[in-house]
Amino acid sequence: MTLDFLFFSSSFIIHHSSFLRMHELSIALSIVELAQEEAERRGGVRVDAVHLRLGPLAGVVKEALLGSYEMASAGTTMAGSRLIIEDVPIVVYCPQCQAQRLLSSVQRFCCPECDTPTGEVVHGKELEVFALEIEE
Amino acid sequence: MSSESDVSRPVAVLVPRLVEVRQNVLKHNDVVARALRERFRQGGVFVVSLVSSPGSGKTTLLEKTLILLRPRYRVAALVGDLATENDALRLARSQAPVKQITTGTLCHLEAAMIENAIQGWDVGPLDFLFIENVGNLVCPSSYDLGENLRLVLISVTEGEDKPLKYPTIFNSADVAVITKMDLATAAEFDSTAADRNIQAVRPGMRILRVSAKTNEGMSEWLQFLASLRDSPQARPGGSGGPPREADS
Repeated sequence: MTLDFLFFSSSFIIHHSSFLRMHELSIALSIVELAQEEAERRGGVRVDAVHLRLGPLAGVVKEALLGSYEMASAGTTMAGSRLIIEDVPIVVYCPQCQAQRLLSSVQRFCCPECDTPTGEVVHGKELEVFALEIEE
Repeated sequence: MSSESDVSRPVAVLVPRLVEVRQNVLKHNDVVARALRERFRQGGVFVVSLVSSPGSGKTTLLEKTLILLRPRYRVAALVGDLATENDALRLARSQAPVKQITTGTLCHLEAAMIENAIQGWDVGPLDFLFIENVGNLVCPSSYDLGENLRLVLISVTEGEDKPLKYPTIFNSADVAVITKMDLATAAEFDSTAADRNIQAVRPGMRILRVSAKTNEGMSEWLQFLASLRDSPQARPGGSGGPPREADS
């Protein structure tokens, strides 16, 4: 497929099935669609870049999404625009400390200060277009 | 000599401007999922989705569950699959209404597919609706389907470290079900390690153990389902669950 060249640079993708590509591609299409709607709402402005906030618990692989974005935007008014991804760290609420704590590993949901297990995720599931760079 | 483009003329500089948007990328899915959840709530149907790797035993557990629930409850199932209708045919043996959702090359179900599949259905008479997702531990985690309960299945033959490899899907699910317990000894399944790994990525997660073949754990599983249907607000496993749009 013509899609393949976009992904061969990422060894991560090769080790995973073609499922992953479709998943990130459909997310990329949603981003393009959303940005287009926002650009139209602002009078059809041209978008240079889309800023995305992405949490590790969103279920989206950053590299695959970046690779899919070019594909998704090609042939649309968003063609040539850049996708800029800001990683959002996982923040949990620790009931023991009664405070928000930064999680260091997605494999261990425990307070880094007191080691209390906590599943109360405050941040980390974000998959959000938070800004557009537009030309005026 | 001097042209129009003289120094006296102001130079137009294109400065890109950053405008705040703050939109959830999957907002369309979330809107449909929220409408579905409301429709299910009004109809009094309890909706359970199942996610796992291919071959973890989703269809087998579901077939047995449908058969065992049918004498007491009105049940139906939607089955997502890439290409075949095999799973739907298997589930239809339970005599429950079953509908296949063929996703083509798409690796997960989305809320709109559920909406399409139940178009024209009166969900009111149903007690339980089961949704079997496409066998995949990565992609389904991002999509809310309007379900009340999301199960993540791992079979004893898969290895106890599966939760550590796929923390996101475990984090998006409410309950873990360990399947094929009849093979636990043969597979040298380390139950303690599996529990530890599940709790590491999803503290407080309820874990059920079943064998749809020998019926081990099936009555506990069915009682668990019945108790949830009676009090659907009591979602187990604390916070988390499928990504849901804020109520604001």
